[in-house]
Amino acid sequence: MKPRPFTYLAPTSVDEALAALAEHSFDAKVLAGGQSLAPLLNFRMASPEYLIDINDVAGLDRVRRVDGGWHIPALVRQRTVERSPELRAAFPLLPAALEQVAHPQIRNRGTVCGSLAHADPAAELPTVMTALDATMRVASVRGEREVPAEEFFQFHFTTSLEDDELLVGVTVDDLPPATSTGFAEFAPRHGDFALAAVAGVVTRASDGAVGAVRLVASGVAARPQRLTAAEKVLLGQRPTPDVVGAAERAARGEVDPTGDIHASADYRRHLVGVLARRVLTTIAEEGDHA
Amino acid sequence: MGPGVREPTTTVTVNGARLVANLDARVTLLDALRDRFGLTGTKKGCDQGTCGSCTVLVDGRRVLSCLTLFAQCDGRQVTTIEGLADHPLRAAFIKHDAFQCGYCTPGQIVSAAALIREGRAGRDEDIREYMSGNLCRCGAYPRILAAIREVASGAHA
Repeated sequence: MKPRPFTYLAPTSVDEALAALAEHSFDAKVLAGGQSLAPLLNFRMASPEYLIDINDVAGLDRVRRVDGGWHIPALVRQRTVERSPELRAAFPLLPAALEQVAHPQIRNRGTVCGSLAHADPAAELPTVMTALDATMRVASVRGEREVPAEEFFQFHFTTSLEDDELLVGVTVDDLPPATSTGFAEFAPRHGDFALAAVAGVVTRASDGAVGAVRLVASGVAARPQRLTAAEKVLLGQRPTPDVVGAAERAARGEVDPTGDIHASADYRRHLVGVLARRVLTTIAEEGDHA
Repeated sequence: MGPGVREPTTTVTVNGARLVANLDARVTLLDALRDRFGLTGTKKGCDQGTCGSCTVLVDGRRVLSCLTLFAQCDGRQVTTIEGLADHPLRAAFIKHDAFQCGYCTPGQIVSAAALIREGRAGRDEDIREYMSGNLCRCGAYPRILAAIREVASGAHA
């Protein structure tokens, strides 16, 4: 198949890109890495009249240090983040998840922000960014705004981006001291979309008890789902095998996945519990040795 | 044309040759290579970024040409299987019988060439991991691994 005809726009600045988005809004799609959009075009599941290719936009391709965190602009490739020594050190969760995203060819072109704006509920990055409490930086000709990850992802392939808005970058704050992270997913074949995944960020108090926790699952809802019941089980407790077991049961009980051709609802619910336990066990061992 | 509308002429260097074409914006790099430039070594498998048979190098990095618009390659260096005619991987694939039907082979070799240059071919598990974007329906994986291992270790010389 071939894509339907479209008009190809290649702005070279953010302002030009935003002007094009303001003019064409609903009729336009933004092209960054294209690793999700191009198949949709090839199979005519998406047929935009205008394609706004932001790859020539200056200043969006380098990760940079910002006050108290790191900023990943819209054109930073997934492979760049995966291999960045600074980001690997600051957020081990990112390479742990990115290594599970499709294959090297895809990650060479696919961008972090593109995956976030695409908002596939089975994708790794929206889940990880929700666990990291990342902030989306969104711009339009009307101005800029910041959106927390938890508000950004709304539904299947749906974010809080308006038709004229561009996700110009995502900012991740440094993790507090005594924080451990973990990621686990299950996919039938390596590189496939996961049936379910769990990302966890746990900060321990001086006595080893869990002081703060964010546990997020994908594949079980229309957007990344925080496992708040499991989080409550963990808060204030040392993550002993008994506590982790209780969190596993809570996680299993609080998700309400739908079954499909790939897996039944019960199996997905079971997976979320198992993956939560694996993530929490890794985190507990790391924290105990710290 | 308004601001930001690119002149649809694309200049790209393919295997060292400078090529200029004026193609419909929706033409992928894969279709441009095969249908316009006659470089049919690059294969169309799934057309959705799953199989890896259309793998080429753009500025030295392996990408899937089915998911890359030709217009996006303006000013870039593209290397296809035809540009790797003298690469030792080709002889190694024949020596190790690293294919049956051969349809995935151009993508396998281009991907392997990049893998070796990235310095990621030191261990078998790394080769498997970083070749994971190239599927082989004939299941020649052990032989593909053997061919890449031999070239990566320099044993082919």
